[in-house]
Amino acid sequence: MKVLVAVKRVIDYNVKVRVKADNTGVELANVKMSMNPFDEIAVEEAVRMKEAGKATEIIAVSMGPAAAQETIRTALAMGADRGILVQSDAELQPLAVAKLLKAIIAKENPNLVILGKQAIDDDSNQTGQMLAALLGWAQGTFASKVGVDGDKVAVTREVDGGLETVSLKLPAIVTTDLRLNEPRYASLPNIMKAKKKPIETLAPDALGVDIAPRLVTLKVEEPAKRKGGVKVPDIATLIDKLRNEAKVL
Amino acid sequence: MTNLVIAEHNNTEIRPATLCAITAAKQIGGDIHVLVIGKGCAAAGAAAAKIAGVSKVKVADGDAYAHQLAEPTAALITGLAGEYSHILAPATTTGKNVLPRVAALLDVAQLSDISAVVSADTFVRPIYAGNALATVQSKDAKKVITVRTSTFDKAPADGGSAAVENVAAAADPGVSSFVGQELSKSERPELTSARIVVSGGRGMGSGENFKIIEALADKLGAGVGASRAAVDAGFVPNDYQVGQTGKIVAPELYIAVGISGAIQHLAGMKDSKVIVAINKDSEAPIFQVADYGVVGDLFTLVPEFTNAL
Ligand SMILES: Cc1cc2nc3c(=O)[nH]c(=O)nc-3n(C[C@H](O)[C@H](O)[C@H](O)COP(=O)(O)OP(=O)(O)OC[C@H]3O[C@@H](n4cnc5c(N)ncnc54)[C@H](O)[C@@H]3O)c2cc1C
Ligand SMILES: Nc1ncnc2c1ncn2[C@@H]1O[C@H](COP(=O)(O)O)[C@@H](O)[C@H]1O
Repeated sequence: MKVLVAVKRVIDYNVKVRVKADNTGVELANVKMSMNPFDEIAVEEAVRMKEAGKATEIIAVSMGPAAAQETIRTALAMGADRGILVQSDAELQPLAVAKLLKAIIAKENPNLVILGKQAIDDDSNQTGQMLAALLGWAQGTFASKVGVDGDKVAVTREVDGGLETVSLKLPAIVTTDLRLNEPRYASLPNIMKAKKKPIETLAPDALGVDIAPRLVTLKVEEPAKRKGGVKVPDIATLIDKLRNEAKVL
Repeated sequence: MTNLVIAEHNNTEIRPATLCAITAAKQIGGDIHVLVIGKGCAAAGAAAAKIAGVSKVKVADGDAYAHQLAEPTAALITGLAGEYSHILAPATTTGKNVLPRVAALLDVAQLSDISAVVSADTFVRPIYAGNALATVQSKDAKKVITVRTSTFDKAPADGGSAAVENVAAAADPGVSSFVGQELSKSERPELTSARIVVSGGRGMGSGENFKIIEALADKLGAGVGASRAAVDAGFVPNDYQVGQTGKIVAPELYIAVGISGAIQHLAGMKDSKVIVAINKDSEAPIFQVADYGVVGDLFTLVPEFTNAL
């Protein structure tokens, strides 16, 4: 079984994001970038499938600037076999990413595609579902458990009320939630090995995909700051404040 | 301009999240139709017809929709999309699962988790865990939107008398099937609509210790939530998680117990009206957003709180 994983380069989740003074976006200069945490979970799941003898080859795909190579290298160091970079400095919105992935899937014919449920920069939570729609495939989103069995995959999904399990015909799309697994750290020897693994670079044009944004960002602002409150010495004071000052009890 | 709001329901009742999406649709303007998709969902359809401001209810009742699997549900909505300028759903796990699929089938972008309506084509949505608010304009003819329920008031559930119409099922792509579910059972108010929420974090130490959170919640008539760390550690089920990638809540009172206040957690609760933090570390970032903070051991403070009420 061939598995394709989509990995996005995003601002590291530990970075305190700052809005640019001219309100055109957020500050990206000299900011630490990493693989989207949900995509690390996607890579880990694929690698575990390979270790379990279920997957034969893992392809890591990223779309973005040349620096997204680093994100692919991280996936290769975790255990992916080869990478594909669709290189573009243009803004790539989820629908465009889904169309690019569809074009790559047409060439690679994977049986399973694993994406993160959400990129922690745009917080869209769309790409996997869109890709499934464009391909006419089944989708198992927000996965906390994935079990491939023959030509089907069982996916346990984290939903608002608890957990739900669905069975999907392969090929299918899975998007990861936090509890699916705990991603490994790449070992030094594996990081060295990853340097020799191949990465193919393509242009969006070569894939025949129109990537023009459909949403125009007019401005980006900082949310209203909460006014820092007070520390109260004990529970009695807290209850008094909640009753008589905040009037919420 | 006509809006189609996809209802969140349990076949009998309309869930409050739907009412928030209807308020967003009202702010967009134009007629509002509600689509109820389910199996044996006539009662939910009748309830939708009573919502103030709704002019038509469409009910799609069929076996394929018993569990609202994304593939048949999206196929149905896409088939009905023709007459609508806007298609909205609350940003619940159901809405997030289905609507991007609809958007792609219609070849339009989706606006995720909008927190304000600026005009019929321009919306505000939080990005970067709510650390920035983007104002975005859609260039597509149809707008497909999920609505952040915590920032829109609920439309009145009564006062309307919309016509109810049955719609035929769409062809089922037949690529997926429902296997089973494990739903958390709780008598407590649902997290996203509770007036008060008490959440516990890693500081709780164990699932057993969550009993002291529950005792406080029960005294207050509150819902119970948790940080990711508490869910990952297995103290409580996944559906308790509040945050950037969990549930977004904005109750009148949010009480964070043994939670440090990581940005991903704050993203899910910082719009609460009043925030209380109980933490033994006086430097914990949660105190920067808390209206009232108490520094100390939660194992003493929380029972004291419960007993004093
Ligand atoms: C992609 C991604 C998505 C994420 N999404 C979410 C999300 O949706 N929601 C979320 O919550 N997190 C999320 N996180 C995790 C987040 O970054 C933090 O790791 C998490 O919120 C920490 O949980 P916590 O505050 O319970 O634990 P900790 O940070 O470990 O804090 C525990 C706190 O308990 C206090 N404490 C300990 N013992 C006691 C005691 N006896 N009495 C009083 N206080 C005590 C400590 O002082 C400390 O402040 C996400 C992370 C990533 C990478
Ligand atoms: N530019 C990109 N390159 C690679 N994968 C992406 C890209 N954008 C989105 N994805 C994938 O789609 C998932 C969901 O992203 P989003 O829909 O933007 O929240 C991510 O976790 C990735 O797996």
